Amino acid sequence: MINFDAVTKRYPETGDVLRNVSFHLRKGEIAFLTGHSGAGKSTLLRLITAMERSSRGRVILDGQDLGLAKEHQLPFIRRKMGVIYQDYKLLYDRTVFDNIALPLIIAGYGHHEVTRRVRAALDKVNLTGKEKKYPLALSGGEQQRVGIARAVVNKPPIIIADEPTGNLDPELSAEIMILFEQFQQVGVTVLIASHDISLITQLNHRVLKLDHGQLVAS
Amino acid sequence: MKYSKKVQTRKNVRDNSLKQTKKQTKIAGGDFIDKLHAYRDLHAHALFSSLGRIVAEPFNSIMTISVLAIAISFVSGFHILAVNIQQLAGHIEASNQMSLFLRDDVSDVHATKLAESIRQNISVQNVKLITREEAAAEFQTYSGFGAAINELEKNPLPIVLQVLPKKSLEDRRGLEALQKEFQQSPEVDVAQMDLQWIERLHSIISIVTLFTSLLNILLGAAVLLIIGNTVRIELHNRREEVVIEKLVGATNSFIRRPFLYAGFWIGFISGVSAWFIVTVLMLIVRQGIERLSDLYGGSFHLLFLSLTDTLALITISSLLGILASWVVISYQMHSTKLK
Repeated sequence: MINFDAVTKRYPETGDVLRNVSFHLRKGEIAFLTGHSGAGKSTLLRLITAMERSSRGRVILDGQDLGLAKEHQLPFIRRKMGVIYQDYKLLYDRTVFDNIALPLIIAGYGHHEVTRRVRAALDKVNLTGKEKKYPLALSGGEQQRVGIARAVVNKPPIIIADEPTGNLDPELSAEIMILFEQFQQVGVTVLIASHDISLITQLNHRVLKLDHGQLVAS
Repeated sequence: MKYSKKVQTRKNVRDNSLKQTKKQTKIAGGDFIDKLHAYRDLHAHALFSSLGRIVAEPFNSIMTISVLAIAISFVSGFHILAVNIQQLAGHIEASNQMSLFLRDDVSDVHATKLAESIRQNISVQNVKLITREEAAAEFQTYSGFGAAINELEKNPLPIVLQVLPKKSLEDRRGLEALQKEFQQSPEVDVAQMDLQWIERLHSIISIVTLFTSLLNILLGAAVLLIIGNTVRIELHNRREEVVIEKLVGATNSFIRRPFLYAGFWIGFISGVSAWFIVTVLMLIVRQGIERLSDLYGGSFHLLFLSLTDTLALITISSLLGILASWVVISYQMHSTKLK
């Protein structure tokens, strides 16, 4: 599902941020991406979400080579994945419902389908009844779950999470990890960037470890 | 304790997901009509939300729209000015008639004889003699300076012979030769072809029209720049939103759409305001102009912006709004900032 083939990413200012990274995440696989800060985790995620292109090597997502994708194809590639951010990236002037509905509206779903799917997603993250609230009226954990609901509402085959538990206490972190496992069990490929070592060791999933831009464990 | 809670949550989540799967199988998929409605809703939402944003910041919006409305009312003001001048000039028809202004020392009797002899000319169809007294009476009636002429000791107006040549307007050479012939006779002070001054008037009007068209192009450019800059600021303020939309798979046209509608609204509202400004200004000056027109025989009526003009004004300003935002958004999206 996610295939890195000898990928190098170089920035003119900082040099190689990723060096010769290769790994393959199969459909329905769950993995942690870990490493010290500045090891290249964010860059790797930016390559998967097609916000950047690799300098060398190939990034293949669901059989599609991102290096060869045209600019106008990128939005449709991004719709194949739900991305969860540490800072949630919610629209604070819109309700919870509107935030979660955004990917569906962008994909052109009709009103009934949007309502049905948003309800289902809210239900999934235990936020039923909060759809009319604004994000700022919610706690950090609730906002994170709005972000998760938005990421999964479109039922993407891939979920990418960037430090999803960074701002949460251990209990909420565990809850969110269970959610990710739920998605994995229905065939979704999940990649979670995290440096929460206790969480990672506790859950015993595959770990991709980056060190100074190189993959040292996979 | 902690463990049991976790298990409880895990159970809840599993139940929820089970519920969800059941629900999904019950109402599967959205049909074509639903998607068509979705597309319509998307446009309707962009249309009204962009208007909502303009209304939500009344101070900024009023300033921008006022500047635009003033610029656009200049354009339509120039247009209506040109239309009225053309209307005025249209009353004066080009003719092949000539006016021979006789010297002061020529007497009425002599003038009558001269008129008779000109009438014999084979190129001349008719001659009409206007005496000094007749000329003064006509001047008093139509010029509005009637009182002034009464003050003068001596009538300053010359005797005029109005000559209607047989040659038509197309035969410019023939007419000019005839004019020269009259000019050479000793009694004639000035032989004037009416055609000439009408042509002069028309060329002055065409220069004025050209100049106002050039000014209109400049003002149109100013409107484009102002709307473009407004939309640029709006895009800057909503950068976060645009980035998030992009992250969840929005196409460029999806991102562009609300800004195009914003441009449309700014143009549209400015166009309507400009119409209002021009109409009010014209209502203010109308009375004065009609009074002046009465003094000249009352054939002139001030023309307002017609329905076609008004529709064109509003359509063009709306289109300029859309064009300006399209250019700005496309440029910003191609620049690296939003990638």
